[in-house]
Amino acid sequence: MKWIAAVLFAAMLVLLPSVAGDFYVNLASQILIAAIFALSLNLLVGFGGMTSLGHASFLGVAAYISALLTSRYGFAHGPAAIVSIAGTTAMAAVFGVIALRASGLGFLMITLALSQVLWGLAYRMSNVTNGDNGIAGLTRPMPFGISLDSAASFYWFALAVASVSFLMMTTFVSSAFGSSLKGVRDQPRRMAALGFNPWMIRWITFIYAGFWGGVSGLLYVYYNKYIHPTSLSTTSSAEALLGVIAGGSGTLSGPAVGAALVLLLKNYASAYVERWNMLLGLVFLFIVLVMPTGIVPGLSKLLNLRRGSR
Amino acid sequence: MNSAEPTCALEISHLRKSFGGLVATHDVSLTIRPGERRLIIGPNGAGKTTLFNQITGDLQSTAGQIRLFGVDVTHLTPYRRAHLGLARTYQIITLFDRDTLEHNVTLGLLGLRPSRWQMWRPLSYYGDLSTEARRILDAVGLLHLADSLVSDLAYGEKRRVELAMALAQKPRVLLLDEPLAGLSNAERATVKALIAAIPRETAVVMIEHDMDTALDLAETVTLLNYGRVIVDGERDAVVADPKTREVYLGV
Repeated sequence: MKWIAAVLFAAMLVLLPSVAGDFYVNLASQILIAAIFALSLNLLVGFGGMTSLGHASFLGVAAYISALLTSRYGFAHGPAAIVSIAGTTAMAAVFGVIALRASGLGFLMITLALSQVLWGLAYRMSNVTNGDNGIAGLTRPMPFGISLDSAASFYWFALAVASVSFLMMTTFVSSAFGSSLKGVRDQPRRMAALGFNPWMIRWITFIYAGFWGGVSGLLYVYYNKYIHPTSLSTTSSAEALLGVIAGGSGTLSGPAVGAALVLLLKNYASAYVERWNMLLGLVFLFIVLVMPTGIVPGLSKLLNLRRGSR
Repeated sequence: MNSAEPTCALEISHLRKSFGGLVATHDVSLTIRPGERRLIIGPNGAGKTTLFNQITGDLQSTAGQIRLFGVDVTHLTPYRRAHLGLARTYQIITLFDRDTLEHNVTLGLLGLRPSRWQMWRPLSYYGDLSTEARRILDAVGLLHLADSLVSDLAYGEKRRVELAMALAQKPRVLLLDEPLAGLSNAERATVKALIAAIPRETAVVMIEHDMDTALDLAETVTLLNYGRVIVDGERDAVVADPKTREVYLGV
Protein backbone atom coordinates (compact mmCIF):
# COMPACT_ATOMS: atom_id res chain seq x y z
CA MET A 1 0.00 0.00 0.00
CA LYS A 2 2.71 2.41 1.03
CA TRP A 3 4.88 1.29 -1.89
CA ILE A 4 2.08 1.81 -4.39
CA ALA A 5 1.51 5.31 -3.05
CA ALA A 6 5.23 6.07 -3.28
CA VAL A 7 5.47 4.80 -6.86
CA LEU A 8 2.37 6.76 -7.87
CA PHE A 9 3.78 9.89 -6.26
CA ALA A 10 7.11 9.42 -8.05
CA ALA A 11 5.37 8.86 -11.38
CA MET A 12 3.30 11.97 -10.82
CA LEU A 13 6.44 14.02 -10.16
CA VAL A 14 8.21 12.71 -13.27
CA LEU A 15 5.20 13.12 -15.57
CA LEU A 16 4.21 16.56 -14.28
CA PRO A 17 5.58 18.52 -17.29
CA SER A 18 3.46 16.49 -19.70
CA VAL A 19 0.21 17.48 -18.01
CA ALA A 20 0.92 20.91 -16.57
CA GLY A 21 1.73 24.19 -18.29
CA ASP A 22 5.04 26.03 -18.01
CA PHE A 23 3.83 28.25 -15.17
CA TYR A 24 3.14 25.26 -12.95
CA VAL A 25 6.25 23.41 -14.02
CA ASN A 26 8.35 26.43 -13.07
CA LEU A 27 6.51 26.69 -9.80
CA ALA A 28 7.29 23.03 -9.17
CA SER A 29 10.98 23.66 -9.91
CA GLN A 30 11.02 26.45 -7.37
CA ILE A 31 9.31 24.20 -4.84
CA LEU A 32 11.98 21.55 -5.37
CA ILE A 33 14.75 24.09 -4.79
CA ALA A 34 13.03 25.44 -1.69
CA ALA A 35 12.49 21.86 -0.49
CA ILE A 36 16.22 21.02 -0.68
CA PHE A 37 16.97 24.22 1.17
CA ALA A 38 14.36 23.50 3.87
CA LEU A 39 15.51 19.90 4.24
CA SER A 40 19.08 21.03 4.80
CA LEU A 41 17.92 23.53 7.41
CA ASN A 42 15.88 20.78 9.03
CA LEU A 43 19.09 18.83 9.68
CA LEU A 44 20.01 21.64 12.04
CA VAL A 45 16.62 22.66 13.42
CA GLY A 46 14.75 19.37 13.54
CA PHE A 47 17.41 16.74 14.04
CA GLY A 48 20.13 18.77 15.71
CA GLY A 49 18.09 21.12 17.88
CA MET A 50 20.09 24.04 16.47
CA THR A 51 17.67 26.73 15.36
CA SER A 52 19.43 28.82 12.75
CA LEU A 53 18.20 32.12 11.38
CA GLY A 54 21.04 32.48 8.92
CA HIS A 55 20.77 29.50 6.67
CA ALA A 56 20.33 31.73 3.61
CA SER A 57 24.06 32.42 3.88
CA PHE A 58 24.78 29.09 2.24
CA LEU A 59 22.18 29.44 -0.48
CA GLY A 60 23.27 32.99 -1.25
CA VAL A 61 27.02 32.46 -1.15
CA ALA A 62 26.87 29.39 -3.38
CA ALA A 63 24.72 31.33 -5.82
CA TYR A 64 27.00 34.39 -5.78
CA ILE A 65 30.18 32.36 -6.23
CA SER A 66 28.73 30.54 -9.21
CA ALA A 67 27.34 33.75 -10.68
CA LEU A 68 30.64 35.61 -10.32
CA LEU A 69 32.79 32.80 -11.61
CA THR A 70 30.71 32.16 -14.71
CA SER A 71 29.86 35.75 -15.60
CA ARG A 72 33.03 37.58 -14.65
CA TYR A 73 35.87 35.11 -14.59
CA GLY A 74 34.90 32.96 -17.55
CA PHE A 75 34.56 29.71 -15.64
CA ALA A 76 32.64 26.87 -17.23
CA HIS A 77 29.62 25.73 -15.20
CA GLY A 78 31.22 22.46 -14.08
CA PRO A 79 34.30 23.91 -12.35
CA ALA A 80 32.25 26.89 -11.12
CA ALA A 81 29.79 24.52 -9.46
CA ILE A 82 32.59 22.58 -7.76
CA VAL A 83 34.33 25.73 -6.50
CA SER A 84 31.01 27.16 -5.36
CA ILE A 85 29.99 24.09 -3.38
CA ALA A 86 33.48 23.59 -1.94
CA GLY A 87 33.66 27.26 -0.96
CA THR A 88 30.24 27.20 0.66
CA THR A 89 31.05 24.04 2.58
CA ALA A 90 34.32 25.53 3.80
CA MET A 91 32.44 28.63 4.89
CA ALA A 92 29.99 26.42 6.78
CA ALA A 93 32.94 24.84 8.59
CA VAL A 94 34.16 28.28 9.71
CA PHE A 95 30.65 29.55 10.57
CA GLY A 96 30.07 26.35 12.54
CA VAL A 97 33.13 26.95 14.69
CA ILE A 98 31.87 30.45 15.47
CA ALA A 99 28.17 29.67 15.96
CA LEU A 100 28.63 26.48 17.96
CA ARG A 101 30.31 28.39 20.73
CA ALA A 102 26.73 29.01 21.81
CA SER A 103 23.52 27.04 21.81
CA GLY A 104 19.84 27.93 21.77
CA LEU A 105 19.14 31.64 21.44
CA GLY A 106 22.84 32.50 21.33
CA PHE A 107 23.34 30.15 18.40
CA LEU A 108 20.37 31.69 16.62
CA MET A 109 21.71 35.22 17.11
CA ILE A 110 25.19 34.32 15.85
CA THR A 111 23.84 32.67 12.70
CA LEU A 112 21.63 35.71 12.16
CA ALA A 113 24.58 38.08 12.64
CA LEU A 114 26.84 36.13 10.26
CA SER A 115 24.20 36.08 7.54
CA GLN A 116 23.61 39.80 8.03
CA VAL A 117 27.31 40.43 7.48
CA LEU A 118 27.13 38.58 4.17
CA TRP A 119 23.94 40.37 3.19
CA GLY A 120 25.61 43.70 3.99
CA LEU A 121 28.66 42.75 1.93
CA ALA A 122 26.49 41.74 -1.03
CA TYR A 123 24.80 45.12 -0.88
CA ARG A 124 27.84 47.31 -0.26
CA MET A 125 30.65 45.63 -2.18
CA SER A 126 29.02 46.78 -5.38
CA ASN A 127 32.26 46.63 -7.36
CA VAL A 128 32.18 42.86 -6.88
CA THR A 129 28.53 41.95 -6.39
CA ASN A 130 26.97 44.78 -8.36
CA GLY A 131 25.11 45.72 -5.17
CA ASP A 132 21.41 46.32 -5.32
CA ASN A 133 21.32 45.75 -9.06
CA GLY A 134 22.27 42.14 -8.61
CA ILE A 135 24.04 40.08 -11.22
CA ALA A 136 21.93 39.48 -14.30
CA GLY A 137 22.38 37.76 -17.61
CA LEU A 138 23.50 34.44 -16.18
CA THR A 139 23.15 31.16 -18.00
CA ARG A 140 22.05 27.68 -17.04
CA PRO A 141 24.51 24.82 -17.29
CA MET A 142 24.30 22.17 -20.01
CA PRO A 143 24.95 18.86 -18.29
CA PHE A 144 25.98 16.22 -20.90
CA GLY A 145 25.14 18.71 -23.60
CA ILE A 146 21.48 18.88 -22.66
CA SER A 147 20.04 22.37 -22.56
CA LEU A 148 18.13 23.23 -19.39
CA ASP A 149 16.50 26.31 -20.84
CA SER A 150 13.03 24.85 -21.19
CA ALA A 151 10.81 24.68 -18.13
CA ALA A 152 10.45 20.90 -18.40
CA SER A 153 14.14 20.06 -18.79
CA PHE A 154 15.10 22.27 -15.85
CA TYR A 155 12.35 20.72 -13.78
CA TRP A 156 13.67 17.22 -14.45
CA PHE A 157 17.18 18.36 -13.60
CA ALA A 158 15.97 19.87 -10.32
CA LEU A 159 13.91 16.75 -9.62
CA ALA A 160 16.98 14.54 -10.05
CA VAL A 161 19.08 16.72 -7.73
CA ALA A 162 16.26 16.95 -5.20
CA SER A 163 15.78 13.17 -5.20
CA VAL A 164 19.47 12.56 -4.58
CA SER A 165 19.57 15.17 -1.83
CA PHE A 166 16.45 13.80 -0.16
CA LEU A 167 17.93 10.30 -0.26
CA MET A 168 21.29 11.46 1.08
CA MET A 169 19.80 13.49 3.92
CA THR A 170 17.41 10.69 4.84
CA THR A 171 20.30 8.23 4.95
CA PHE A 172 22.25 10.71 7.08
CA VAL A 173 19.60 11.03 9.78
CA SER A 174 18.78 7.30 9.82
CA SER A 175 22.42 6.31 10.23
CA ALA A 176 24.27 5.58 13.44
CA PHE A 177 25.56 9.14 13.24
CA GLY A 178 21.99 10.36 12.88
CA SER A 179 21.11 8.56 16.11
CA SER A 180 24.00 10.31 17.80
CA LEU A 181 22.74 13.63 16.45
CA LYS A 182 19.22 13.10 17.77
CA GLY A 183 20.69 11.98 21.08
CA VAL A 184 22.75 15.15 21.35
CA ARG A 185 19.63 17.17 20.57
CA ASP A 186 17.65 15.51 23.38
CA GLN A 187 20.24 14.91 26.13
CA PRO A 188 23.61 16.46 25.31
CA ARG A 189 24.99 15.88 28.78
CA ARG A 190 24.07 12.23 28.84
CA MET A 191 25.49 11.74 25.35
CA ALA A 192 28.83 13.16 26.46
CA ALA A 193 28.83 10.83 29.45
CA LEU A 194 28.20 7.94 27.05
CA GLY A 195 31.31 8.78 25.06
CA PHE A 196 29.88 10.91 22.23
CA ASN A 197 31.51 14.20 21.30
CA PRO A 198 28.54 16.59 21.13
CA TRP A 199 30.45 19.50 19.63
CA MET A 200 31.93 17.42 16.82
CA ILE A 201 28.56 15.84 16.04
CA ARG A 202 26.94 19.26 15.79
CA TRP A 203 29.78 20.70 13.75
CA ILE A 204 29.75 17.91 11.18
CA THR A 205 25.99 18.31 10.86
CA PHE A 206 26.38 22.05 10.43
CA ILE A 207 28.85 21.50 7.59
CA TYR A 208 26.64 18.90 5.96
CA ALA A 209 23.65 21.23 6.16
CA GLY A 210 25.78 23.99 4.67
CA PHE A 211 26.75 21.71 1.81
CA TRP A 212 23.13 21.01 0.88
CA GLY A 213 22.24 24.65 1.41
CA GLY A 214 24.91 25.37 -1.18
CA VAL A 215 23.44 22.83 -3.58
CA SER A 216 20.04 24.50 -3.33
CA GLY A 217 21.77 27.85 -3.94
CA LEU A 218 23.29 26.58 -7.17
CA LEU A 219 19.89 25.42 -8.40
CA TYR A 220 18.44 28.73 -7.29
CA VAL A 221 20.85 30.77 -9.38
CA TYR A 222 20.50 28.41 -12.36
CA TYR A 223 16.74 28.74 -12.21
CA ASN A 224 16.59 32.51 -11.85
CA LYS A 225 19.63 33.29 -14.04
CA TYR A 226 19.94 36.27 -11.71
CA ILE A 227 21.09 36.86 -8.17
CA HIS A 228 20.27 39.69 -5.79
CA PRO A 229 21.28 40.40 -2.16
CA THR A 230 17.74 39.52 -0.97
CA SER A 231 18.67 35.86 -1.42
CA LEU A 232 21.00 36.40 1.56
CA SER A 233 18.47 38.31 3.62
CA THR A 234 16.93 37.32 6.91
CA THR A 235 13.57 37.04 5.15
CA SER A 236 15.00 34.28 3.00
CA SER A 237 16.27 32.43 6.09
CA ALA A 238 13.05 33.02 7.99
CA GLU A 239 10.84 31.76 5.17
CA ALA A 240 12.74 28.49 5.11
CA LEU A 241 12.52 28.24 8.89
CA LEU A 242 8.76 28.84 8.69
CA GLY A 243 8.51 26.09 6.10
CA VAL A 244 10.42 23.67 8.31
CA ILE A 245 8.30 24.43 11.36
CA ALA A 246 5.00 24.44 9.45
CA GLY A 247 5.73 21.18 7.67
CA GLY A 248 7.06 19.46 10.76
CA SER A 249 10.61 19.90 12.00
CA GLY A 250 12.46 16.68 12.72
CA THR A 251 10.41 14.74 10.17
CA LEU A 252 11.80 13.53 6.87
CA SER A 253 9.24 14.98 4.46
CA GLY A 254 7.72 17.76 6.58
CA PRO A 255 10.11 20.54 5.52
CA ALA A 256 9.48 19.79 1.84
CA VAL A 257 5.73 20.10 2.41
CA GLY A 258 6.24 23.30 4.40
CA ALA A 259 8.52 24.79 1.77
CA ALA A 260 5.93 23.98 -0.91
CA LEU A 261 3.24 25.67 1.15
CA VAL A 262 5.27 28.86 1.59
CA LEU A 263 6.09 29.01 -2.11
CA LEU A 264 2.53 28.33 -3.23
CA LEU A 265 1.22 31.05 -0.96
CA LYS A 266 3.90 33.42 -2.15
CA ASN A 267 3.52 32.79 -5.88
CA TYR A 268 -0.02 31.65 -6.35
CA ALA A 269 -2.00 33.40 -3.68
CA SER A 270 -0.21 36.68 -4.28
CA ALA A 271 -1.87 36.81 -7.70
CA TYR A 272 -5.29 36.97 -6.06
CA VAL A 273 -4.65 38.47 -2.65
CA GLU A 274 -2.67 41.65 -2.47
CA ARG A 275 -1.62 41.17 1.13
CA TRP A 276 -0.33 37.65 0.75
CA ASN A 277 1.91 38.08 3.78
CA MET A 278 -1.20 38.41 5.88
CA LEU A 279 -2.57 35.22 4.36
CA LEU A 280 0.73 33.51 5.13
CA GLY A 281 0.43 34.69 8.71
CA LEU A 282 -3.12 33.38 9.02
CA VAL A 283 -2.13 30.00 7.60
CA PHE A 284 0.69 29.71 10.10
CA LEU A 285 -1.57 30.76 12.91
CA PHE A 286 -3.92 27.97 11.87
CA ILE A 287 -1.09 25.42 11.73
CA VAL A 288 0.33 26.44 15.09
CA LEU A 289 -3.09 26.24 16.73
CA VAL A 290 -4.36 23.05 15.12
CA MET A 291 -1.18 21.10 14.42
CA PRO A 292 1.55 22.50 16.67
CA THR A 293 4.03 19.82 15.61
CA GLY A 294 3.55 20.62 11.91
CA ILE A 295 1.48 19.52 8.94
CA VAL A 296 3.04 16.10 8.35
CA PRO A 297 2.95 14.86 11.97
CA GLY A 298 -0.48 16.48 12.37
CA LEU A 299 -1.97 14.77 9.34
CA SER A 300 -0.46 11.37 10.14
CA LYS A 301 -1.91 11.67 13.63
CA LEU A 302 -5.32 12.39 12.12
CA LEU A 303 -5.02 9.39 9.78
CA ASN A 304 -4.06 7.13 12.68
CA LEU A 305 -7.05 8.35 14.67
CA ARG A 306 -9.40 7.55 11.81
CA ARG A 307 -7.86 4.13 11.36
CA GLY A 308 -8.13 3.49 15.07
CA SER A 309 -11.82 4.41 15.21
CA ARG A 310 -12.69 2.07 12.35
CA MET B 1 53.52 5.95 36.62
CA ASN B 2 53.00 2.24 36.51
CA SER B 3 50.39 2.07 33.78
CA ALA B 4 50.37 -1.73 33.49
CA GLU B 5 48.41 -2.20 36.66
CA PRO B 6 47.54 0.98 38.42
CA THR B 7 46.75 0.56 42.07
CA CYS B 8 44.16 3.31 41.97
CA ALA B 9 41.05 3.34 39.80
CA LEU B 10 40.22 6.88 40.77
CA GLU B 11 42.51 9.27 42.55
CA ILE B 12 41.25 12.67 43.59
CA SER B 13 43.57 15.13 45.24
CA HIS B 14 42.75 18.50 46.77
CA LEU B 15 39.76 18.96 44.53
CA ARG B 16 37.87 22.20 44.85
CA LYS B 17 34.89 23.78 43.16
CA SER B 18 33.60 27.22 43.93
CA PHE B 19 30.65 29.00 42.38
CA GLY B 20 31.56 32.62 43.00
CA GLY B 21 31.80 32.91 46.78
CA LEU B 22 30.09 29.58 47.40
CA VAL B 23 32.50 26.71 47.86
CA ALA B 24 30.78 23.45 46.92
CA THR B 25 33.72 21.12 47.37
CA HIS B 26 36.66 22.07 49.48
CA ASP B 27 39.97 20.24 49.29
CA VAL B 28 38.47 16.80 48.65
CA SER B 29 40.94 13.92 48.40
CA LEU B 30 39.81 10.35 47.76
CA THR B 31 41.35 7.16 46.50
CA ILE B 32 39.26 4.38 45.01
CA ARG B 33 40.82 0.98 44.29
CA PRO B 34 39.85 -1.03 41.21
CA GLY B 35 36.68 -2.96 41.97
CA GLU B 36 36.04 -1.12 45.23
CA ARG B 37 32.50 -0.46 46.48
CA ARG B 38 32.38 3.03 47.89
CA LEU B 39 29.44 4.82 49.42
CA ILE B 40 29.42 8.60 49.67
CA ILE B 41 27.10 10.05 52.26
CA GLY B 42 26.41 13.47 53.60
CA PRO B 43 23.53 15.85 54.24
CA ASN B 44 21.83 17.76 51.41
CA GLY B 45 24.16 20.37 49.98
CA ALA B 46 27.28 18.57 51.17
CA GLY B 47 28.73 18.66 47.65
CA LYS B 48 28.21 15.02 46.70
CA THR B 49 26.69 15.58 43.27
CA THR B 50 29.09 18.46 42.60
CA LEU B 51 31.93 16.04 43.28
CA PHE B 52 30.43 13.58 40.79
CA ASN B 53 30.08 16.30 38.19
CA GLN B 54 33.71 17.24 38.70
CA ILE B 55 34.80 13.63 38.30
CA THR B 56 32.82 13.22 35.06
CA GLY B 57 33.89 16.60 33.71
CA ASP B 58 30.42 18.14 33.60
CA LEU B 59 31.93 20.76 35.87
CA GLN B 60 35.46 22.05 35.52
CA SER B 61 37.29 21.99 38.83
CA THR B 62 38.57 25.23 40.34
CA ALA B 63 41.65 23.49 41.72
CA GLY B 64 43.01 20.04 42.37
CA GLN B 65 43.57 16.97 40.27
CA ILE B 66 41.61 13.90 39.14
CA ARG B 67 43.39 10.79 37.90
CA LEU B 68 41.64 7.85 36.30
CA PHE B 69 43.82 4.73 36.29
CA GLY B 70 46.87 6.93 36.52
CA VAL B 71 45.82 9.27 33.71
CA ASP B 72 45.36 12.90 34.61
CA VAL B 73 41.83 13.70 33.40
CA THR B 74 41.38 16.99 35.26
CA HIS B 75 41.08 19.00 32.06
CA LEU B 76 39.59 16.36 29.76
CA THR B 77 36.09 16.70 28.32
CA PRO B 78 33.37 14.33 29.63
CA TYR B 79 33.38 12.13 26.52
CA ARG B 80 37.13 11.57 26.72
CA ARG B 81 36.71 10.41 30.32
CA ALA B 82 33.95 8.03 29.20
CA HIS B 83 36.43 6.48 26.77
CA LEU B 84 38.81 5.93 29.66
CA GLY B 85 36.21 3.75 31.38
CA LEU B 86 34.10 6.19 33.38
CA ALA B 87 30.30 5.94 33.45
CA ARG B 88 27.59 7.50 35.55
CA THR B 89 23.88 7.59 36.28
CA TYR B 90 21.92 10.69 37.19
CA GLN B 91 19.99 11.63 40.26
CA ILE B 92 17.41 13.26 37.99
CA ILE B 93 16.49 10.67 35.37
CA THR B 94 18.15 11.60 32.09
CA LEU B 95 16.84 9.28 29.39
CA PHE B 96 15.70 9.54 25.78
CA ASP B 97 11.96 9.66 26.39
CA ARG B 98 10.80 9.41 22.79
CA ASP B 99 12.91 6.35 22.04
CA THR B 100 12.54 2.71 22.92
CA LEU B 101 14.40 1.05 25.78
CA GLU B 102 16.44 -0.88 23.28
CA HIS B 103 17.47 2.34 21.53
CA ASN B 104 18.45 3.91 24.84
CA VAL B 105 20.73 1.05 25.76
CA THR B 106 22.04 0.91 22.19
CA LEU B 107 23.21 4.51 22.54
CA GLY B 108 25.08 3.42 25.64
CA LEU B 109 26.85 0.80 23.57
CA LEU B 110 27.37 3.00 20.52
CA GLY B 111 29.14 5.80 22.37
CA LEU B 112 32.34 3.83 22.77
CA ARG B 113 32.37 2.26 19.31
CA PRO B 114 33.87 3.78 16.14
CA SER B 115 30.62 3.00 14.30
CA ARG B 116 29.03 5.98 16.06
CA TRP B 117 30.51 8.08 13.21
CA GLN B 118 28.92 5.88 10.51
CA MET B 119 26.88 8.11 8.23
CA TRP B 120 25.51 5.86 5.52
CA ARG B 121 24.47 2.66 7.22
CA PRO B 122 21.29 2.54 9.29
CA LEU B 123 21.68 1.76 12.96
CA SER B 124 19.76 -1.47 12.40
CA TYR B 125 22.68 -2.68 10.23
CA TYR B 126 24.57 -3.40 13.43
CA GLY B 127 22.70 -6.48 14.61
CA ASP B 128 25.22 -7.13 17.38
CA LEU B 129 24.27 -3.80 19.00
CA SER B 130 20.66 -4.88 19.19
CA THR B 131 21.53 -8.32 20.54
CA GLU B 132 23.82 -6.86 23.16
CA ALA B 133 21.29 -4.18 24.16
CA ARG B 134 18.63 -6.83 24.66
CA ARG B 135 21.01 -8.94 26.72
CA ILE B 136 21.63 -5.99 29.03
CA LEU B 137 17.92 -5.24 29.29
CA ASP B 138 17.39 -8.86 30.19
CA ALA B 139 19.99 -8.55 32.94
CA VAL B 140 18.04 -5.68 34.53
CA GLY B 141 14.74 -7.52 34.03
CA LEU B 142 13.29 -5.23 31.38
CA LEU B 143 13.58 -7.34 28.24
CA HIS B 144 9.80 -7.61 27.92
CA LEU B 145 9.67 -3.81 27.56
CA ALA B 146 12.53 -3.52 25.05
CA ASP B 147 10.27 -2.08 22.34
CA SER B 148 8.32 0.25 24.62
CA LEU B 149 8.99 3.96 24.74
CA VAL B 150 10.79 5.23 27.81
CA SER B 151 7.99 7.77 28.31
CA ASP B 152 5.56 4.87 28.86
CA LEU B 153 7.59 3.41 31.72
CA ALA B 154 6.94 3.61 35.43
CA TYR B 155 9.44 5.58 37.49
CA GLY B 156 11.07 2.55 39.02
CA GLU B 157 11.64 1.02 35.60
CA LYS B 158 13.26 4.23 34.38
CA ARG B 159 15.74 3.97 37.25
CA ARG B 160 16.70 0.54 35.98
CA VAL B 161 17.14 1.86 32.42
CA GLU B 162 19.49 4.50 33.86
CA LEU B 163 21.55 1.70 35.29
CA ALA B 164 21.35 -0.40 32.12
CA MET B 165 22.70 2.44 29.99
CA ALA B 166 25.69 2.88 32.26
CA LEU B 167 26.31 -0.87 32.45
CA ALA B 168 26.26 -1.03 28.65
CA GLN B 169 29.47 0.99 28.70
CA LYS B 170 31.21 -1.78 30.66
CA PRO B 171 32.81 0.89 32.82
CA ARG B 172 35.86 0.44 35.02
CA VAL B 173 34.57 3.16 37.32
CA LEU B 174 30.82 3.60 37.73
CA LEU B 175 29.31 6.56 39.54
CA LEU B 176 25.76 6.00 40.79
CA ASP B 177 23.95 9.13 41.91
CA GLU B 178 21.14 8.06 44.22
CA PRO B 179 20.15 4.92 42.31
CA LEU B 180 17.47 4.10 44.87
CA ALA B 181 15.83 7.53 45.06
CA GLY B 182 12.05 7.41 44.94
CA LEU B 183 11.76 3.63 44.72
CA SER B 184 9.34 1.40 46.58
CA ASN B 185 10.65 -1.27 48.93
CA ALA B 186 10.23 -4.02 46.36
CA GLU B 187 11.99 -1.95 43.69
CA ARG B 188 14.79 -1.14 46.11
CA ALA B 189 15.43 -4.83 46.60
CA THR B 190 15.54 -5.34 42.83
CA VAL B 191 17.97 -2.49 42.20
CA LYS B 192 20.07 -3.48 45.20
CA ALA B 193 20.47 -6.97 43.73
CA LEU B 194 21.42 -5.42 40.36
CA ILE B 195 24.10 -3.26 41.96
CA ALA B 196 25.39 -6.19 43.97
CA ALA B 197 25.70 -8.17 40.74
CA ILE B 198 27.91 -5.59 39.00
CA PRO B 199 31.12 -7.42 38.04
CA ARG B 200 34.22 -6.88 40.14
CA GLU B 201 36.16 -5.31 37.26
CA THR B 202 34.05 -2.25 37.92
CA ALA B 203 34.68 0.06 40.83
CA VAL B 204 31.36 1.46 42.06
CA VAL B 205 31.05 4.84 43.74
CA MET B 206 27.56 5.49 45.01
CA ILE B 207 25.77 8.45 46.51
CA GLU B 208 22.79 7.24 48.48
CA HIS B 209 20.61 8.38 51.36
CA ASP B 210 19.01 5.04 52.04
CA MET B 211 21.59 3.85 54.54
CA ASP B 212 19.92 0.52 55.31
CA THR B 213 20.24 -0.65 51.72
CA ALA B 214 23.38 1.22 50.72
CA LEU B 215 25.56 0.17 53.63
CA ASP B 216 25.05 -3.47 52.69
CA LEU B 217 26.53 -2.73 49.27
CA ALA B 218 29.48 -0.69 50.49
CA GLU B 219 32.94 -1.71 51.61
CA THR B 220 34.16 1.77 52.27
CA VAL B 221 32.32 4.95 53.16
CA THR B 222 33.13 8.62 52.76
CA LEU B 223 31.24 11.26 54.70
CA LEU B 224 31.09 14.72 53.18
CA ASN B 225 29.83 17.85 54.87
CA TYR B 226 30.08 21.43 53.64
CA GLY B 227 32.22 20.18 50.77
CA ARG B 228 34.84 18.59 53.01
CA VAL B 229 35.69 14.99 53.71
CA ILE B 230 34.79 14.50 57.37
CA VAL B 231 35.36 10.78 57.73
CA ASP B 232 36.75 8.31 55.22
CA GLY B 233 37.51 4.62 55.63
CA GLU B 234 36.18 1.10 56.10
CA ARG B 235 32.44 0.91 56.43
CA ASP B 236 32.14 -0.17 60.03
CA ALA B 237 34.74 2.27 61.23
CA VAL B 238 32.99 5.19 59.53
CA VAL B 239 29.58 4.18 60.85
CA ALA B 240 30.95 3.88 64.35
CA ASP B 241 32.78 7.21 64.18
CA PRO B 242 31.22 9.80 66.49
CA LYS B 243 31.61 12.48 63.80
CA THR B 244 29.39 10.46 61.46
CA ARG B 245 26.76 10.17 64.09
CA GLU B 246 26.96 13.87 64.74
CA VAL B 247 26.76 15.01 61.10
CA TYR B 248 24.64 12.45 59.41
CA LEU B 249 22.80 10.19 61.76
CA GLY B 250 21.83 13.07 63.95
CA VAL B 251 22.22 11.08 67.15
